[in-house]
Amino acid sequence: MPKALVYVTFKAGVLDPQGEAVRGALSSLGFKGVNDVRVGKFIEIELEDTDDILADLERMCQDLLANPVIEDYRIEIANESKNGEKR
Amino acid sequence: MHFAVIVFPGSNCDHDCYHAIKDVLKQPVRFVWHKETSLGDAEVVILPGGFSYGDYLRAGAISRFSPIMKAVSMHARDGRPLLGICNGFQCLTESGLLPGALRRNESLRFVCDDVWLKCETSRTPFTCNIEPEETLKMTIAHGEGNYFCDSETLAELEDNDQIVFRYTDANGNVNAQANPNGSMENIAGICNLQGNVVGLMPHPERSCDPLLGGEDGLRMFTSVMQMVISS
Repeated sequence: MPKALVYVTFKAGVLDPQGEAVRGALSSLGFKGVNDVRVGKFIEIELEDTDDILADLERMCQDLLANPVIEDYRIEIANESKNGEKR
Repeated sequence: MHFAVIVFPGSNCDHDCYHAIKDVLKQPVRFVWHKETSLGDAEVVILPGGFSYGDYLRAGAISRFSPIMKAVSMHARDGRPLLGICNGFQCLTESGLLPGALRRNESLRFVCDDVWLKCETSRTPFTCNIEPEETLKMTIAHGEGNYFCDSETLAELEDNDQIVFRYTDANGNVNAQANPNGSMENIAGICNLQGNVVGLMPHPERSCDPLLGGEDGLRMFTSVMQMVISS
């Protein structure tokens, strides 16, 4: 059964106050040169394999998983290989 | 005239709205559970504040799939008054009934405070009794009230008189210090093109009684009452 990995992030140009707070915290931990941090969402979806799987995932993102006003998304499909390793 | 207050799992200002309408405005009101499909004889519909569906995924993102939302969209498309307060405003933007989105407060903190608002337009049913430029005091209580839209949409909102309230100081000045959450242009509330759908982050229903610190919010309810009765 394929597993879809969906990454939802703020669009470029949309300020991410959470990312900014994390960036500040990394700096105070002593990490130099952390210029920008963006915090997003990662969603795993297990679903039946069909011909429409990518089109379906696209619609899931458009209609629910991301808010297109402020967020971008990226979809990856991870197949389970026979020995159980993901690729 | 009849009001309906929609109740989602996680709504928590539904009783405040009910109290303001029934006990202060003295009008008939009923709760409509989100699984219902009809608004009955309701002339005014309110989406109350709270945390519908636990704010899962994004605030307001899941409530728009509730069965009652079809009837709520029809009500809005028919040009009838619909008010979204706080989480109700988030539901309206998520469902596309109002433009833009409400993001995490710039401070990343939940803000519970009294704020001053400047009314920007009297053309909506909920502000027809309020003069433009008039300042009102209301309460806010939210973690995600940071209004955002792209620059094209912002220009449309300005050009089409769709900005209903802005955060101000006590003297009605719009400035960064008076902005509690980082909203663009200090926007606290907007309406759709037609003006019948209004969403705002402040809570008018919590500002309907001097005992609770003020009654400026009542003006929105008396406005809509007058508009409906005279139409």
